[in-house]
Amino acid sequence: MSETQGLIQNRFGDGVLTASADQVINWARKNSMWSMTFGLACCAIEMMATGGTRYDWDRFGVIPRGTPRQSDLMIVAGTVTLKMATRIKRLYEQMAEPKYVISMGSCANNGGPYWRHGYHVLKGVDEVIPVDVYVPGCPPRPEALLYGIMKLQERIQEDRVLRRRELSPGSLAGATLDGWTK
Amino acid sequence: MDAKAIHDKLVGRFGDRVTGADLEAASPFATIATEAIAEVAAFCKSEPELAFDNLMCLSGVDYPKADPPRMEVVYHLLSYRHHHTFALKVHVPRESPSVPTVEGVWGVANFHERECWDLFGIAFAGHSDLRRILLPDDWDGHPLRKDWQDPDYYNGLHVKPTAQMAERAMGGERIGVGPFDFTPPNAHIEEG
Repeated sequence: MSETQGLIQNRFGDGVLTASADQVINWARKNSMWSMTFGLACCAIEMMATGGTRYDWDRFGVIPRGTPRQSDLMIVAGTVTLKMATRIKRLYEQMAEPKYVISMGSCANNGGPYWRHGYHVLKGVDEVIPVDVYVPGCPPRPEALLYGIMKLQERIQEDRVLRRRELSPGSLAGATLDGWTK
Repeated sequence: MDAKAIHDKLVGRFGDRVTGADLEAASPFATIATEAIAEVAAFCKSEPELAFDNLMCLSGVDYPKADPPRMEVVYHLLSYRHHHTFALKVHVPRESPSVPTVEGVWGVANFHERECWDLFGIAFAGHSDLRRILLPDDWDGHPLRKDWQDPDYYNGLHVKPTAQMAERAMGGERIGVGPFDFTPPNAHIEEG
């Protein structure tokens, strides 16, 4: 609760709720993270399991969308080849702000098993797009991905919406994108 | 037909253009003179007793330590009609290797030969559309050759990880991910 809220608490009649704009906007954002439907490798199987009935990421408001224009969340699930890297970057750029990225699995985190002998594999998707949450595992279980989503929700809830942010090493809400901070 | 009968058939038709064979191998094969492969392939498909109507696999192999160093293209054939298999091999030099295409015999060879070109750099003479199929069009080199060396960069992206990247990759704990609870969501039901 912020100090401002303390000033207006209990000043209104029944049926009136007060909250800071940050809280409401962040609450809405973190509970409607529409993810982009795409998978790159075996991690995508676990991602699909996470979307299935048993784990059901719909509980967190994650709904797969078919186009980057409607997506808030990009889950990079699988091996990012060098050929795919430019496509990933373009898809990321097509997403509307605010946008978040979860790097799922060892391959997307840092190349994983292709670290040494993968002439065709990008050594971590953060070489081309900023990543908010890294989920380790090969592949990560659905619990791990859900944990990553919850971790991202925590970070979104702490985000400041209505004021200019400092440049951060991460990308949260695209804070480092050109034009926004310049 | 068994492998020996198939081999005899090929030798009977092509004579010394069948340059070698191993019929005891797990996958029996005959080695064919490179320039004759398209003709042999067409014969394998059209001859009723062979009837190899399916090219299961076309592979490249690199033998840099052989004397002289060579590459091979291996054709794995299957006959649906007779349920027998056989393999053909051709030898090519490692410098500017070229093999006649068998695309006109089995259409599927189109993609297989493109892949072989892409990864081994073996050209297929007469191929209708010989270009890369897996790697990006602007890729330089043929990475399944044994003397392949990773470049440092591809289009500004690291191919070889640097020491700095290794340091970062080992820093997962510092990002604050985990520990994870791997208890299944229905554990309380299964235990009870």
